[in-house]
This record gives sequence, C-alpha cells and structure tokens, in this order.
Amino acid sequence: MSVQVHNIRKTFGHYTALADVSLAVKSGKLTALLGPSGSGKTTLLRIIAGLEYADPGSGQIQFHGEDVTNVPAGKRKVGFVFQHYALFRHMTVFANIAFGLRVRRHNRPPQAEITDRVHKLLKLVQLENLAERFPHQLSGGQRQRIALARALAVEPKVLLLDEPFGALDAKVRKELRRWLRQFHEGIHLTTLFVTHDQEEALEIADEVVVMNQAKIEQVGSPQEVYDRPATPFVYEFLGNVNVLQAKSLANSGTPSSLSALQAGGHIYVRPHDIEVVPHETGAPGIPAVLRYIHAAGPQARLTLEQVENRATVDAEISRAELVRLDLRINSLVLLRPRQIRCFAEDYAI
Amino acid sequence: MAALAATSSLAVKPSPHGAGPRVIRNPWWVRAFFMTVALLFVLCFLVLPLVAVFTEALRKGMSAYFHSFTDPDVLSALRLTLLTAAIAVPANLVFGVAAAWCIAKFDFYGKSLLTTLIDLPFAVSPVISGLIYVLVFGLQGWFGPYLGAGDHPWFGAWFNAQDIRIIFAVPGIVLATIFVTFPFVARELIPLMQAQGNDEEYAALTLGASGWQTFWRVTVPNIKWGLFYGVILCNARAMGEFGAVSVVSGHIRGETNTLPLHVEILYNEYNFVAAFAVSSLLALLALLTLLLKSLVEWRAKKGGA
Repeated sequence: MSVQVHNIRKTFGHYTALADVSLAVKSGKLTALLGPSGSGKTTLLRIIAGLEYADPGSGQIQFHGEDVTNVPAGKRKVGFVFQHYALFRHMTVFANIAFGLRVRRHNRPPQAEITDRVHKLLKLVQLENLAERFPHQLSGGQRQRIALARALAVEPKVLLLDEPFGALDAKVRKELRRWLRQFHEGIHLTTLFVTHDQEEALEIADEVVVMNQAKIEQVGSPQEVYDRPATPFVYEFLGNVNVLQAKSLANSGTPSSLSALQAGGHIYVRPHDIEVVPHETGAPGIPAVLRYIHAAGPQARLTLEQVENRATVDAEISRAELVRLDLRINSLVLLRPRQIRCFAEDYAI
Repeated sequence: MAALAATSSLAVKPSPHGAGPRVIRNPWWVRAFFMTVALLFVLCFLVLPLVAVFTEALRKGMSAYFHSFTDPDVLSALRLTLLTAAIAVPANLVFGVAAAWCIAKFDFYGKSLLTTLIDLPFAVSPVISGLIYVLVFGLQGWFGPYLGAGDHPWFGAWFNAQDIRIIFAVPGIVLATIFVTFPFVARELIPLMQAQGNDEEYAALTLGASGWQTFWRVTVPNIKWGLFYGVILCNARAMGEFGAVSVVSGHIRGETNTLPLHVEILYNEYNFVAAFAVSSLLALLALLTLLLKSLVEWRAKKGGA
C-alpha cells in the first residue's frame, strides 16, 4: 500500500518540526527517511503512524489514496517498531506478539489460531525457542526482532521503523541490517524507516528521502542521491566531500564541463573523485602540498593543502596507487577532480 | 604512565571480602567509629522504644495484656481506624493513579502547580491540616451554616434532617486522613511512570488496543509494585495518623476515637498497660508494613518491573 503525505506541517510552540512536507512512498518498497537529529524525520514517521497529529489546517496523510489524516493510530493498520522497542516488559515474548490479536473486539481469532500465528511469526524472525522469555532476558537484536514480529502480528499494510538499529552495537547492527533487507525481499510490505546513518540508508533502502531542517532535500534511489546530490546539504551529509573555490579550478586550467562556472561558486568533489598526480607531469590541476598520509585501512587517505589559498583538501587513493606514486610528506602534487558539482554561492550552506 | 596503570589496576582489584571494587580505604578506627555511632543511634531511637512498648504492655502479664482489648472503647477505636483506612486508602489509590498518570504521561498547563499541590500535605503540619477542616466545615466555618446544627434557612434544615455532621464526627476523621495521606501513592508512581515513558502505551495503541485496554493491560501491570508500595505506606499512615485526626475528632469515646487517639486517652488516665497494649497493636502494624514493604521491594527487583 502506498503512502502519500501532502503539505504536512507540524510545530511545537515556536519550533517548526515539519514545514509543509510532501512525500509519496511507493508501495512494497523499503524507503529510508535519512537526516540529522532534529531534521523532523521521526516526527514525520509518527504523524504517518497516527501517534502524533499534524497542525490543524495543514495537509493530508493518505494510504493508497484514502484519507487517514483523522483516523486514530489503532485503525490505520500500521506496524510501528519503536527505537527502544517498547516491548511490554511484564509480558512474555509470546504474549507480546499475541497482544494485537487478543485486544481485538471484533473478529478476535480463536486461541488456537492466535497460538499458531504467533509461532509462525516467531519462526519468521528466527526466534522460535524464545516464546516464554521476558523482554529483559533478550539481547538487543532479539528484542528488535520480537518488536518486528509484534508489529507484523496485526497484519499491517505499512511497516514503520524508528531508528531500527540505533540502540545496537556496530556488529549486530550490520547483521540485522542485512537481515532486514532479506526479510523485506520475502514479504514486500511497504516499509518506511528512520535513520541518521547514511551508510545504513544507502545500503538497504530502495529509496532514500533526505531530510534537513523540517524539509525534504531530495528523494531518490541510493545511487541517485549519492551520485547526484540535489543540494550542498545532501552532498555533505551522504559522505565526505571537499568544498573548493570555483576559481581555483578555473585558474588551474583543468578541463571541465562546467565552463560556465561563476567565479564565486563552490565546487563539491568527493575525496575518491580526486586524482593525485606528481607535479612534474605538468598536467592541468590544482597545485597542493601533501601534509599527511593515513594509510591504515583499505584506502589511503591523503590530507593536502592547496598552494593558492592554504585550504585543506582530502583525497582517497588506493594503496597500490600510493605505492606507485611514491609520495613523500611535503611533496608538491597536482589534484585533478574527476567528478564535480557546482553550487552557486548563495545556495551554499 | 606505569604508575597510572598500577593505580588503575589497584582500583579494580576486588576487595578481600569479595564485595566488589574497593577504591576508598579508611583506617579501621574510622570505620569502627562511624559504625558504632550509627548502631547506637538505631538502638536508642528505634529499637529501645519498640522494646519499651512491648515490655510495658506485658508488665502485668499476658492476661492483663489481652484483657485490654476487651474494652468496648478499644474495640470501637479499632473499628473506626479500620473504617477510616478502608475509605482513605482506596480514595487515595484512585486519586494517586489518576494524578500520576496525568502528570507522567501528558503535558498541560499548571502541571508543575499540580505536582507541588500534591506535596502540600507533606509540607503542612498535620495539626494545621486538621484545623483547615474545622475552619471549612466547623460550625463557625465557611460551610458551617449549611451543616449539622447549622442555621442556614434552607440547607441547615435539610442537613439537620439528614443529621450530617463532619467535624467531631466520622466524616471529618476520614477527610483529614485522606488529606494527610494524599501524596503517598502519587509520589510513588510519578517518578516510576516518568521513567517508563509512553512508548509501551503508544505501542499498544498502534496494535489496536483501546485507551481502556491500554491502561489495564499495559500501564497498570507496569506500575503494580510501585502502586502496592505506595498503598502500604499510605495505609500505615492512615492508621497511625494522630495530629490532624485529633483536631477534627472531638475525642468522643466509643464514637470518634481512633487507635492513636485512644492511646493518648488511656495514657492520660494512667492506664499504662492498656495504653501500651493498644500501642503494641500499632507497632505490630508498623512491623507488618515493613515486612510487606521489603517483600514488595524484593519481588519488584526479581520481577524486573
């Protein structure tokens, strides 16, 4: 089921959490709401779930074209997984998952069917043997999956996850991330998750919604938002980036498709899109002095200083390339950006 | 660097008694001194009085002790105390849960004022609390003319016909007790509910539970031990309250005397055995309360809730 958000505004006192946000979430896809803390992503998720209401008079929330703006959370058929799981601490895992079925007034399934459903869900999240445990006896990753099973028990049409991996340690987070992706392949439920971790969003989402300061900056596939960021914010948020003066590039005589560079503009270029060549080659490029080499890791990270204005530039080259270039600290090199993006001065952050 | 490493390894070394890391080491005489002071204090101010109550009560033997409880005035005081607690505790239970729920789960204007007001009975001397009721409901008070032997042309007559009295009667005692024991349940629950947050309630709502179902199936089970704890303390105070009740009761034997008030009367009449016998009843109640309280704490820790 698709989700449409039309011009939703939410303010808390004088603070604007969402400023007329519109968004269309595609049916059956895994969509990430990505942004720094305070960007309004969790508020948007909670408004979609019906846990919070948008300002009166602002827009609509639609599920598959049907207006649900004033439908209470319990009737929206959404599954919500909380950041800290919010498992019912006094209930067993079984009772937690069965809760949504047991509280039904109408068409409550018979006990045998509830038992059957809970065990199927436990099997789905691969925790069949934990039915009689209490939440405090589970690890973080297990709690996360039980929370997911509980949300799925009521057969939601949309699954919403708030920072699903935020409270887990790095290793478990990676495992669970992959598991969620595979899980989504299996059930194909429209899923929207909130994260502040760009790596997480780029790795598992079909579509990434980048948010900043109560607004949506860009919507696109992971490759799209990474390769063609629409705004300087997206560029900086989705990975390391160097901001260069457009005139440095123009002065260096680097051939560039951006012949119409405004002299006052900024050039955005990712560290791995910078080619480092020895100065002796005399090729067009920005002259810079090598200051540090961080060679621990799969790639060598170089910190360089532009000769022209002493501004720092980061570059990433392969270890093999580093050996081949035979670079020394304080040696003079030329920087040749391969892929750049220009934003006009007044548009920069 | 080496010295630093040595100190930190010393700091995490378990103590010889296996009581966990011991960072602070005091000379033995310092420890002995403070321990002695603490023990002496406990002995003088807690244990000795308790022992005194029972020795005085049993001074003339078991038969005299039990004979004290056959006095109809004592039995009447016991009944009144139980009745008062039976009304005050459930009333404060309902109020305490409602107030804690509002304060912990919602934001509204005047929230901090309400929180402060709940603490008022702790801040005010119990005698003043009693006096407030006399001023409000007494014959010369605000509502006096409408009540009891009041002379209000309409209501006075009606209340006279119904014979409703508040001051120097059971309703006054109950009201004063409710006032004094007002904060116990709410005070116990507010921090607990604030710490637990709203997420579980929200989760229940998204799973389709109604507000009522969420309250009974999620909120109440999560606070049950804190609630029980608050009720125990509230009950202990309701049965033992002296000051506020003394002001509103009128000390009518067999009618408006609670156990603590009756102890005073017996004592003033030099009936020491009976006075201490009744006191021992209250002391036993206190011991039972402590036992229940430890039991609840132990259960709550074990249950993890």
